[in-house]
Amino acid sequence: MYTMTGADLTIRLLERQGIETISGIPGGANLPLYDALYGSDKIRHVLARHEQGAGFIAQGMARASGLPQVCFATSGPGATNVLTAIADAKLDSVPVICITGQVPSSMIGSDAFQEVDTYGLSIPITKHNFLVRDVAELLETIPAAFRIASSGRPGPVLIDIPKDIQTQEISFEQWPEPGRPTQPSPANPEDLQQAAAMINQAQRPILYLGGGTIISNASEQARTLMERSSLPTTMTLMGLGAVPVDHELSLGMLGMHAAPYTNMALEACDLLIAVGARFDDRATGKVSAFCPNAKVIHIDIDPSELDKIKQAHIGIIGDVKQVLEQLTPMISDNRRTQWTTEVENLRRTHPFQTPKTDRANTAYGAIRKVAELVDDNAIVTTDVGQHQMRTAQLYPFRKPRRWLTSGGLGTMGFGLPAAIGAALAEPDNTVICFTGDGSLMMNIQELATAIEQQTNIKIILMNNNALGLVHQQQTMFYGKRTFASDYELQMDFVAIARGFGMPTFDLSGNNNHEALLREALEYSGPCLIHIPIDVNENVFPMVPPGAANIEMIGGDDHV
Amino acid sequence: MSENSSAQTTHHEVLELTVRNHPGVMSHISSLFARRAYNVEGILCMPIGNRERSRIWLMVDEDRRLEQMIKQVEKLEDVLDVQQHDANHQVFIKLEEFFQT
Repeated sequence: MYTMTGADLTIRLLERQGIETISGIPGGANLPLYDALYGSDKIRHVLARHEQGAGFIAQGMARASGLPQVCFATSGPGATNVLTAIADAKLDSVPVICITGQVPSSMIGSDAFQEVDTYGLSIPITKHNFLVRDVAELLETIPAAFRIASSGRPGPVLIDIPKDIQTQEISFEQWPEPGRPTQPSPANPEDLQQAAAMINQAQRPILYLGGGTIISNASEQARTLMERSSLPTTMTLMGLGAVPVDHELSLGMLGMHAAPYTNMALEACDLLIAVGARFDDRATGKVSAFCPNAKVIHIDIDPSELDKIKQAHIGIIGDVKQVLEQLTPMISDNRRTQWTTEVENLRRTHPFQTPKTDRANTAYGAIRKVAELVDDNAIVTTDVGQHQMRTAQLYPFRKPRRWLTSGGLGTMGFGLPAAIGAALAEPDNTVICFTGDGSLMMNIQELATAIEQQTNIKIILMNNNALGLVHQQQTMFYGKRTFASDYELQMDFVAIARGFGMPTFDLSGNNNHEALLREALEYSGPCLIHIPIDVNENVFPMVPPGAANIEMIGGDDHV
Repeated sequence: MSENSSAQTTHHEVLELTVRNHPGVMSHISSLFARRAYNVEGILCMPIGNRERSRIWLMVDEDRRLEQMIKQVEKLEDVLDVQQHDANHQVFIKLEEFFQT
């Protein structure tokens, strides 16, 4: 017989799940949980400076490791602050378990101090959520949260625990089994056969890999299929690194900021093999004009993704890795000389034209230089905006789970705390955070966490003193009426970073930029690299929102 | 619910859900329809069996989005089963006498 409080039980159950790090912030309603955590010798607590930071730190750990991770927040503002990071995890299918404190059960609904309806608020942005009403429920709820977060299509789970449940004692006979992912159901063999026949018969097929390929750890299987059938392969923002983006069959990212040849090849394809991808509007452009001549095979573990945006000719529900393992043996070796030559011609005549620079103090040049200076195991996080799209366009991702970006929700402020989380998960690897001044300001307080934890992160701040992508859209689509996108105040980010105790490397002025960048990347510990860039340098090509992907603007004239 | 609503005159379907019986399940389901701006004309819920489960009846618009809606409902952790019926299903028709103006 075991007897303990709900808070102790919660921490012990998390230990039994193998949790080693929890990010969070204490407050009135979760103090019993923190008191129990104080007594844990298995779990390290990482004190964030804002609950959204705590949520993204947990996301960084989860995205890098593929395992569910935990963050803590108190009731009321603690809970509302963490919601953005939870919504972000929902859209990008990240297994995060958020445990919030709640006012005592007897006070729920009384407008108590720091009371908010966390359960109600989190319904639409979680995969599932719980409000614990009895201390005994914890024995089921905690393992269930881990099972749900990591099974099928992963996602965030929130557990709201009232303070009285945390302090109440419980006696129980037996520990429950830790929650583990359930085995996915096998795909329908007839669908697999039909899909194989379609791939074998197609003249101009394209493989379209999404984030599901990475979540399902199916990189090797995707590459085998790609190479066996000589499939030109594009990746979504979330899928980058599923196969090496510099593989000869890779077309890189598709969609709004893709290379011209990529979108043109998709226009010409006769079979689209969508693997763990959800036909997001930033990837497809105007859907009715996306791959207009193609039949579609859609493989996804989430049945609700099939036929959601685009009707599939063959829809296969299953785990991507398992499906590809079953499918590939039915695919015949095929050189596809004609189609691959056609794609190569497109690549030559309509290339991705980056500004021709490798100068480390320019936007594209810095990305290129960093990629040269770190190895393929380095983890790259970004915030959201121009720097994010440039990194997606240019960085040579060669391995899965090395590219952590806020794809679905597009949350500015993601990059720094996600980098901290990635560095906590992999202390021996370098973590690069490409960011912009607008994004960094949205969670800049986490510089303190980065220093305190001595995480090996390199923040590469591309500073144009503007909301660059907003500025770009106003310039292109709103008659150049740039408004509320230029900051009037010029911040001294180097001084700010120093104020946090963070070493800085300033690539403004006439320094030897490349040597400085190299020195920064070799520095062991967190640092900030400041690169002033031109606000008028836009990201091209660009498909106007709502337009077809072949209606790209720029890419030729803007080099 | 409009005063003139009637299962027989408009294009509706009836969904029969078997769910875990706990206080949050109704908000999961109604929130799912609400945030997708999908109209639910009628809703009924009672516990079944040993009260660990409930049956929820929904009268919903027949709409091209219905298939996607059903898939989303099936994804909810507390929804154990979803059956689809046409508007002639008796459950709402038999209740009409309680909804006269």
